[in-house]
Amino acid sequence: MTALVLLDHEGGQIRKAALSAVTAATRLGDVHVLVAGDAALAQAASQIAGVSKVLHAADARYAHELAEPLAALLVSLAGSYDHIVAAAGATGKNVLPRAAALLDVQPIPDVVSIVDAQTFVRPIYAGNALATVRSSDAKKVLTVRSASFDAAPAEGGSAPVEAVAAVDSPDVSRFEAVHLSDSARPDLESARVVVSGGRGMGSEEKFHALDPLADVLGAAVGASRAAVDSGFVPNELQVGQTGKIVAPELYMAFGISGAIQHLAGMKDSRVIVAVNKDPEAPIFQVADYGIVGDLFEVVPQLVEELKK
Amino acid sequence: MKILVPVKRVVDYNIKPRVKADGSGVETAGVKMSMNPFDEIAVEEAVRLREKGAASEVVVVSIGVQQAQDTLRTAMAMGADRAILVLTDESPEPLAVAKVLKTLVEKEGPSLVVLGKQAIDDDMNATGQMLAGLLGWGQGTFASKVDVVDGRVNVSREIDGGTEQVSLTLPAIITADLRLNEPRYASLPNIMKAKKKPLETIPAADLGVDMAPRLTVVSVAEPAERQAGIKVGSATELVEKLRNEAKVI
Repeated sequence: MTALVLLDHEGGQIRKAALSAVTAATRLGDVHVLVAGDAALAQAASQIAGVSKVLHAADARYAHELAEPLAALLVSLAGSYDHIVAAAGATGKNVLPRAAALLDVQPIPDVVSIVDAQTFVRPIYAGNALATVRSSDAKKVLTVRSASFDAAPAEGGSAPVEAVAAVDSPDVSRFEAVHLSDSARPDLESARVVVSGGRGMGSEEKFHALDPLADVLGAAVGASRAAVDSGFVPNELQVGQTGKIVAPELYMAFGISGAIQHLAGMKDSRVIVAVNKDPEAPIFQVADYGIVGDLFEVVPQLVEELKK
Repeated sequence: MKILVPVKRVVDYNIKPRVKADGSGVETAGVKMSMNPFDEIAVEEAVRLREKGAASEVVVVSIGVQQAQDTLRTAMAMGADRAILVLTDESPEPLAVAKVLKTLVEKEGPSLVVLGKQAIDDDMNATGQMLAGLLGWGQGTFASKVDVVDGRVNVSREIDGGTEQVSLTLPAIITADLRLNEPRYASLPNIMKAKKKPLETIPAADLGVDMAPRLTVVSVAEPAERQAGIKVGSATELVEKLRNEAKVI
């Protein structure tokens, strides 16, 4: 059996989450990958360990990974594959369900575990339940949670690259612009340490109190939905059911109460630390280490200690 | 132009779901149900587009049991003009929902379908994309801003590293992200008025869509519980524990 993995990319780099999708796909059989973009991306894809063939779509219409042309391309290639896989990021979630509908298949999103070629485990109800589902579709179309699969090594492979021709699709969408947040910090979904703030941060300015701590730990910065809704930080930092799902080695929650929607995004972290004024905050029920106190006092003390 | 807004009745987001003892699913009997929060955002956006003069009618639709009428009345109290309930005892998968919606789109002829980005029960995040695929329409998913201009809809989309702008030919599909808007509360007079707005019920069987599930639920289980840890007294103690006990820094 062979699986086709759609490798999504950003800023000229293959996203790390896509490497986790490759690992998931190796459990299903031989792995081919589809990369839409310039030749350098195809070259990078061919180096990924475990990949046996790279399909390279160089046509300009695919460069921005718009769902309409890319789903049509996936459908045209689907005949040779039993599984079509992508990381459960913005691109995979946008493109794969469309392709699945065109193939008359019910997609299986956010897979956290592969039981066998037909059977998958996925969280439902904000991660409050784990459903094991068996697909009766001839082809399986799935997105996988990168936090649940190790990233495939980006080096060590030497897969041949094969060009794929563009296919017709409805000309109904056009890319206008993209605004990426410029951040020198590690990617939230693949960071080893995540430092997150909630409504308790108080304001956009005060949210920066976490910066020195993130710097000293080399951590990514995240946020709860409350912090995003209050306008402290942009949406792409949101950790939770409706934001990013992370599972770092260390997750530090500051001023976050621990609503179920937030826990859904971080409760698989190896070690959780919570700092909150409220000793009854639900976050303490999942935290390995907690401090009841004012985060604006605790954070500078932590920075001081960590510098020692 | 007409806007169609599909809404779903789900377990209220404040309720902690309980897995049934026999592992067949999540308990929904006797549990408070509400409109899926993303669908409220979708209804709000459609009503705002009508208030701005960009749309002439907002039609809400739900697929499910008789009680889904309550969800449709809520949407009408927020400003939707009329409602359609596709009655079924099943809880259809996104593929079947998308096929049912396609038949309604063909019947109603909307220029825009606005959905929530995902339902908070099955967390699928698929129906809007699937409907767009079946119709061959453009899709503006995870929308945080929507502008209808000269036969096109311009959409700002939340993507992993920031935002992206796309422009779609109408008719098109939009799925609402959190930041699109702040849904209004339905006022009491509007709740009363909504009771008089038209609500059409169509048995799902009349639409000729195969609703058979493609995914069999083998089991539903509680996730592994995390053990509550310890409270420490100071930053010094915390760093010591993280270094020597947890060994994460």
